Amino acid sequence: MNWVKSIIVGIIAIAILYVLNAAMSATGFFGIGIDDYQSRLLVFIAINVILATSLNLINGFTGQFSIGHAGFMAVGAYASAYFTVTHGKAIETSLSGLGETVASSIVLLLAIGIGALVAAIAGLIVGIPSLRLKGDYLAIVTLGFAEIIRIVILNIDAVGGATGYQVPGYANFLWIGIFAIITVVVIHNIVKSDAGRALISIREDELAAEAMGVNVTRYKVTSFVIGSAFAGVSGVLFAHYNKFLSTNDFQFIKSFEIIIMIVIGGMGSMTGAILGAIIVTLLPEILRLLPAIQIGETTFQFADLRLVIFALILILTMILRPQGILGTTEFTDFFKRFRRADKPTGGLE
Amino acid sequence: MLTLENVSVSYGAIEALTDINLQVNQGEVVTLIGANGAGKTTTLRTITSLLSPREGRVMFEGKEISSIAAHKLLPMGIAMSPEGRGVFANLSVRENLEMGAYIRKDKKEIADDMEKGFLMFPRLKEREQQKAGTLSGGEQQMLAMVRALMSRPRLLLLDEPSLGLAPLVVHRIFEAIDEIRAGGTTILLVEQNANAALHHSDRAYVLETGRIVMEGDSKQLAADPRVKEAYLGE
Repeated sequence: MNWVKSIIVGIIAIAILYVLNAAMSATGFFGIGIDDYQSRLLVFIAINVILATSLNLINGFTGQFSIGHAGFMAVGAYASAYFTVTHGKAIETSLSGLGETVASSIVLLLAIGIGALVAAIAGLIVGIPSLRLKGDYLAIVTLGFAEIIRIVILNIDAVGGATGYQVPGYANFLWIGIFAIITVVVIHNIVKSDAGRALISIREDELAAEAMGVNVTRYKVTSFVIGSAFAGVSGVLFAHYNKFLSTNDFQFIKSFEIIIMIVIGGMGSMTGAILGAIIVTLLPEILRLLPAIQIGETTFQFADLRLVIFALILILTMILRPQGILGTTEFTDFFKRFRRADKPTGGLE
Repeated sequence: MLTLENVSVSYGAIEALTDINLQVNQGEVVTLIGANGAGKTTTLRTITSLLSPREGRVMFEGKEISSIAAHKLLPMGIAMSPEGRGVFANLSVRENLEMGAYIRKDKKEIADDMEKGFLMFPRLKEREQQKAGTLSGGEQQMLAMVRALMSRPRLLLLDEPSLGLAPLVVHRIFEAIDEIRAGGTTILLVEQNANAALHHSDRAYVLETGRIVMEGDSKQLAADPRVKEAYLGE
């Protein structure tokens, strides 16, 4: 029974998230305590998992090279933040009968709905004209649109403009983790469905996909819109966790960071994108632990060079494994391979 | 079944096809032969709506299809095995065939059709779980043909199925064309290998620089001295 297994796994996952979330509170959870620094890292891993898996749907599975993901994250963040700033308190008060936790959760869920919707609309508007382009041209156009979005937001005074925007902190690790799991499950199901097969066929050969009866344009736009919607969700969660938004958080460097995650992990691999999100979030922090080495009179503070070393590691990974750590295979495929080992397979020519 | 009426196609200012009249009747194998750049692929691309005719029209079973989007032709009954095979390299043989049946929902019959395809080319059965990109050229061509058949087309368009293949494999591919025809599928075959194409078809059109210069019964054309000299190397 596949769905029974899924439900059990889901319950365990939420339980783990709940324990972690409780451990992040000031009192800790039965002696387990996670400090602010560690909990912030966990939150950013979860947010980056949403960003990486959703971009992977567009870049890895559909084969369209978009580098404007941060723009849609910004749309979701600002649209939802405007909603919670203007209406959040009022809704919370009117729902106060349900208790504080439930009321604030409802506000967050509404905000996520709004953020996802607005980001999806932005994705549709950007996607319809740009997805006629291919390869480098599409990359340039999406990058351009992301910057346009950012500059437009920067000039809207209602959301703080250049001074930044104060946002109420509705999101906690529990919700962020749950939405990371939802994103992974939804995108996994899309990829494994008939529609997912259509997307992969577009990546492999657009002309042949069209000859198979796949409406190439519609599927490309759909995947772009879904990817943008999830980028919007990550933006909502980021905004309501960080409690402060500045357009500097959504510069093109953020888009590139997401690209790096999926390229390092392996484009077209779900688990690869998750792995990439974890590596890109944690590695610069782990490199802070590098020791200082004294040679003669001078001390080399390797920790200060962590971003240089991080870049070097990325470059080396690309030279040694251009397809990313997992390529297009999934982490779970390794276990399947052992199970199938006794079955005969056709030899290569 | 398929009719091209006075079709002219141009790429910008360059006219690629001039006044093409072509007909494919139910149950026939019709071949379109010609040298490089004669306009064979352009003709196929016009039929599959990847190019639109400047003049004239393309009719399929009484309906004009010149302006119908390419992906909508498959549900109408036209399937194409593209030049250069166009298999999905990173998908397995089985997944490629499943993709060929993308527009169908009858799982049981899809499985039956897949078995028929494996009977036609047992090599594909051996390679079922292998990625299509790792197959040899001949195997990829077999895969492309079976994949096109997976949608149960009434008209199958084959673009250069023998291109770049070993003579033995070419022989097998043409045998398969006979088998497909015996199964009731009408075929329009575009070929450079005029000799084999004429021996495995009912009627033929000879294309030269965008014009049809000869047409008629394949056997007669194969015996025609002009065709012999220009295409059969005799």
